[in-house]
Amino acid sequence: MKVAANLRAIAFAWCFAFALVADARADATLLNASYDVAREFYKEYNPAFARYWKQKTGETVKINQSHDASSKQARSVADGLEADVVSMNQASDIDMLVERGGLIQPGWRKRLPYGAVPYISTSVFLVRKGNPKKIRDWDDLAKPGVAVIIPNPKTAGNGRYTYLAAWTYVVLKGGSEAQARDFVSALFKNVPVLDTGGRGATTTFAQRGIGDVLVTFENEVFLIKKELGDQFEIVYPSVSVIAENPVSVVDKWADKKGTRKLAHAYLEYLFSEEAQEIAARQNFRPQLPSVAKKHAGTFKKLALFSVDEQFGGWQKAQKIHFDDGGLFDQIYQAKK
Amino acid sequence: MSFALRTRHSVLPGFGLALGFTVLYLSLIVLIPLSAAFIKTASMSWEAFWSTVTAPRVLASFRLSFGAAFIAALVNAVFGLIVAWVLVRYKFSGKKLIDAMVDLPFALPTAVAGIALTAVYSSKGWIGQFLEPNGFKVAFTPFGVVVALTFIGLPFVVRTVQPVLADLERELEEAASCLGATRWQIFARVILPAILPALITGFALAFARGVGEYGSVIFIAGNMPMKSEIAPLLIITKLEQYDYAGATAIAVVMLVASFLLLFAINLLQWWARRRGGQLS
Repeated sequence: MKVAANLRAIAFAWCFAFALVADARADATLLNASYDVAREFYKEYNPAFARYWKQKTGETVKINQSHDASSKQARSVADGLEADVVSMNQASDIDMLVERGGLIQPGWRKRLPYGAVPYISTSVFLVRKGNPKKIRDWDDLAKPGVAVIIPNPKTAGNGRYTYLAAWTYVVLKGGSEAQARDFVSALFKNVPVLDTGGRGATTTFAQRGIGDVLVTFENEVFLIKKELGDQFEIVYPSVSVIAENPVSVVDKWADKKGTRKLAHAYLEYLFSEEAQEIAARQNFRPQLPSVAKKHAGTFKKLALFSVDEQFGGWQKAQKIHFDDGGLFDQIYQAKK
Repeated sequence: MSFALRTRHSVLPGFGLALGFTVLYLSLIVLIPLSAAFIKTASMSWEAFWSTVTAPRVLASFRLSFGAAFIAALVNAVFGLIVAWVLVRYKFSGKKLIDAMVDLPFALPTAVAGIALTAVYSSKGWIGQFLEPNGFKVAFTPFGVVVALTFIGLPFVVRTVQPVLADLERELEEAASCLGATRWQIFARVILPAILPALITGFALAFARGVGEYGSVIFIAGNMPMKSEIAPLLIITKLEQYDYAGATAIAVVMLVASFLLLFAINLLQWWARRRGGQLS
């Protein structure tokens, strides 16, 4: 009898404990649909936010991550992946969710500081040790005999930013649109391989030894330097583009699941000092001036412009330059 | 009438049930997903569809995808047959190992295959460093696409031909030899007709796989517009612009073309089997 009673007590305690654990687990869950390169950042940020949220509200929050190419994630969310928040590497991927099915409200940029962009990066050059081709600025990339590695602007946001940066370089120097066109044509004629993604371009340049210069995001360049050390040198051009990493609550799914408040807090905390420090550690340029100042030595100052101010927004740039039959396609049709 | 008659005389019962199951299963697994592509395309006007699929860049990619898959399947038909022959007819140490290796292209994630092949054939790679000084560029050219598709397609030919070769009666060859046939005659008149249907099946499978292959090819192709851009990449490009209809338009053309080609190959196989049957 006694044994049975003991057993019952144990079973009861066990159930109770289990219920507690389950309860602690079930406080709240968020799903963040994000792009590939942000994986490391959110791996560090999510526990930081969970700690902060627990301290503030006593609630335990579990954050699930999903990573893929940015526009592929946008398509998944549009097709029914019920993500509470999205973090993309191009504003057009969030605009797409505004237009298709109204998953996100049009004013998403105004709901968070800095246009809902917690951290940025920019396109810079990576050259081989000693810079044998003497590459200093965008001009040098279009010179004959220089092989440039850039991911395909048709498939990679990374390549699109680089193309727009090269274009703007000419325009800011006072060049006409025709001159800018000629310049990017000459530049892309120097590109021997159009990898479909930024990481593919890195492999082509760093592992296969193809090309004299790789143009890619600063955070990727820092990573290559860290992994592969001294075989390469970073070159900062005189001017480059702000590669934004915008975030937004997905209104439709957050409202459906009742997670709006938490989702908003999750994104808001990205602009806290702690999160900005994490961004800087992950090689992204922080937005908060106090943190940016601390890391000024790491992130070299250069003239930066945004796609919005130079091209009137991503949608316009996409249509004129990258859609089928656009200016980028014409480079290759003229070549024939 | 004849239909009903035939079913009544069938040895195995349950024809109706089996056919019903087959149709349902094929509908769920194959027809419904594929018809979605057709429905999506139907949202385009005929002119828009036509201008999408006849754009010079799209046509160039069709030529590359189908052409490279065809060449690769041909190469595999020849060398896959040799591999199968060696595996069936000879005894040597390490044979089991080689036999297992044939399946590796099946198991390997295609991206890994693509990256490995690019590493080997690019200008600094093990093989590429010897080829490129002699003016023979493989990686980042259409030829690289053929290499990747050959790699991917090998098991199809070997695995379809191997069992047929193993079942072949050697006595036939001996008889032919006794009757004074030369080695070439034995191969052309006795062995080839027997294995031809299997060989054609292997060819068709390798070809079909090559047409749709994406993962391994994009790494080695270089993806230059008009030159080394495969059709599946153009589909991805269209999706990147959220142009679903355009993407499915290309997919539909690939589907229809693949179906027609495979149907033609099946007819050819049927012909080969009948002819082989008459001979034996």
